[in-house]
Amino acid sequence: MIAFLKRYEGLWLFVHSPAAIIAAIVATLIILGAVFAPWLALVNPYDLASFSLFDGLLPPVWQDGANPKYLLGTDDQGRDMISSILYGARLSLVIGMSALAIAAVLGVGLGLAAGYYGGRFDAIVMRIADVQLALPAILTALLIDGIARGVLPPSVQQDLRVAVLTLAIALSLWVNFARTARASTFVQMNKEYVQAAIMMGQHPVRVMFVHILPNILGPLLVIMTVDLASAILLEATLSFLGIGLPADSPSLGTLIRIGMQFLLSGEWWILWIPTLFLVALVVSINILGDFLRDVFNPRLR
Amino acid sequence: MVYFILKRLVQSVFVMLAVAFLAFSLFRFVGDPISQMTGVETSVEDQERLREELGLNDPFILQFARFTSDMVQGDFGFSYRTRQPVAEMIADRIPATLELGVVALLISLIVGIPTGVYTALRPRGIATQAILMTTLVGVSIPTFVIGIMLIFIFGVQLGWLPTFGRGGTVQIGGWESSLFTVEGWRALLLPAITLGVYQLTLTMRLVRAEMMEVMRTDYIRFAIARGVPMNKLHYRHALSNTMVPVITIIGLQFGGVIAFSIVTESVFQWPGMGLLFLESIRFVDIPVMGVYLVVIAFFFVLVNLIVDLLYVAIDPRLRVRDVQ
Repeated sequence: MIAFLKRYEGLWLFVHSPAAIIAAIVATLIILGAVFAPWLALVNPYDLASFSLFDGLLPPVWQDGANPKYLLGTDDQGRDMISSILYGARLSLVIGMSALAIAAVLGVGLGLAAGYYGGRFDAIVMRIADVQLALPAILTALLIDGIARGVLPPSVQQDLRVAVLTLAIALSLWVNFARTARASTFVQMNKEYVQAAIMMGQHPVRVMFVHILPNILGPLLVIMTVDLASAILLEATLSFLGIGLPADSPSLGTLIRIGMQFLLSGEWWILWIPTLFLVALVVSINILGDFLRDVFNPRLR
Repeated sequence: MVYFILKRLVQSVFVMLAVAFLAFSLFRFVGDPISQMTGVETSVEDQERLREELGLNDPFILQFARFTSDMVQGDFGFSYRTRQPVAEMIADRIPATLELGVVALLISLIVGIPTGVYTALRPRGIATQAILMTTLVGVSIPTFVIGIMLIFIFGVQLGWLPTFGRGGTVQIGGWESSLFTVEGWRALLLPAITLGVYQLTLTMRLVRAEMMEVMRTDYIRFAIARGVPMNKLHYRHALSNTMVPVITIIGLQFGGVIAFSIVTESVFQWPGMGLLFLESIRFVDIPVMGVYLVVIAFFFVLVNLIVDLLYVAIDPRLRVRDVQ
C-alpha cells in the first residue's frame, strides 16, 4: 500500500512538474533516435561509400545554399549531420550505460557486502573508496586509459578502445554506488525483517540481494540517473581531449572536437549542433535526476 | 591538539606512500623501462647489464624504497619522450596551473557564497528559482563546452580577449607569473571563468543547503523569538556557522579544480601541468604520468591538512572532543 502510494505520489508530482515532463520527452526522443539510428539515419557515417565529398560543408536547410536532403547540413567529409549525431549519441549512450551498469554492479555489490559484514571488510572497502574519491573521475579515467595504452599491444588497441573507455569510466564511478548502498544497508540491518531472515539461517547472498536490495533501490535509482549524466559527460570529455574514441567512429564528444576546427570559419553548425544535442541530453537527464531525488527525499520538498 | 595534528600528519604520509606506490607500479609494470631507454640495436647482454646496474633485478620492496627516497630528495627521473629531468618539466608548469586554479577558486567563492546565502534566505523567490535552474544547466554543460562558448563569444565574435596561451608573464624568482601584467590577466580571464563555473555551482548549492539547515535549528528560532534584527541574525548567527562546511568545500574542490584544469588547459592551450599530463598520456610517457600523480596528491594532501587545522581553529567544539 505504501509502495503504491509512493508510486502514485511520484506520478502526481511528475504531472505537475513541467520541467520534468519536458526533460523526459527530450531524453526519450534522443534515446529513441539513438536506438533506431540505423533505420532513421540517411547515411551510415562509418561507411565511406554512403556519403560523398561533393556534399561537403552544406549549411542547415534554413540557410542559403542548403540541400533539402540534409536538414541540419553536412560536415567537411559530406556526412549528414543528423546521421552523425544519431550514431554519435548511440555510441555515447552505449558507453555511458554499460559503464554505469559495471559501476552499479561493482559498487552495489561491494556496498551491500560492506554494510552487511561490517568490521574489517567494511573498513578496507571504505578506505579504497576514500582514495578513489580523492582522485577526481577525469583523472582516474585518463590514468586507466594511459595504462591501457602502455600495457596492450598496439595491434589490439584500436579494437579495444570502446572497452577501455567503458572500463575507465566505470572504475571512476563505482564509489557513489558503494557509499550509498553501504549507508542504506546499515539502516536496513537493524530492521526486524533482516534480523528475522538472518535468524532463519538464510544465506548472506540471499539476504543481501533478495531482502535488502529491493528496499534500498530508491536512493540507488537517484545515483543511477545522476551518474548516467556524469558517464556521458566523462565520455564526451575524454573523446574531446582526443583520448577517447578515434575520428572514424565518432561519439558526441569526438564530433565536437572535429567541430572545433570550424570555430573560426563560418561553418557554425558542425560545432554547435552536436554540442546542443549533448547539452540537451545531459541537462534533461540531470533534471530527471533532481526530480527523482525530490520524490525519494520528502524532507527536501 | 598536538595529538590531532600528529594523527593527521601520519595519515597524510600514508596517503602519499600509497600514491607513490601507485606511481612506482606504473613505472615498473607498464611497459619495460629498459626497452624504453635503449634502442633496437642494443644487445641483450648490454640490456641485462643495464638492468643489473639500475637495480631492476633487486627485490621489489628494495626498489620501491629506493624510488621513494629518490622522490623525497627531488630526483624524479627522466622523461621517456624528451629525455629531460621530469622534475624540471613539472616545475616549469606548476605556476601556470596554480595561478589558474587559485583564480578559478576565488571566482567560485566570491560569486558562490553570496548567491548561496541569498537563495537559502528566499527559497520561494522567483530569482531563487531562476538561479537554481541556471545552476542545474551550468552543472550539465561540460567544461570544454563552456570554454568553447566563451572563446566563441569573447574571442571570436567580440574580439575582446585572447583565446590561448598566457599572455605576458613576469619572472619572479623562478616563478613565471601572469598576475602582474594586463596582458596576463586578459589571457587568464576566460580559462579561469571556464574552470570556476562548475565549482561555483557546487559552492552555491552547498552553502545554500548548509544555510537552510542552520536556519532550522533551535538557536536560530530562539534568536528570532528574542527579536534579534534580521540582518544580524542572518550574517552574525547563521552565516558564521556555515563557515566550517565552506572551508571543507575549498579542500574538496581543489581536487576538482586540478582535474578540470586538464580540460581547461587543453581548450585554451594553457601551458600548465594538465597539458603536460595529456601529452604524456598520448605518448605513454610513464615517468611524467607517475610524477604528475604524486605532485597532485601532494597538493591535495597539503590543502586538506591545512583545512583540517583550520577547522580546529574555527570550531572550538572540535578541540574539546579531541581532549576527551
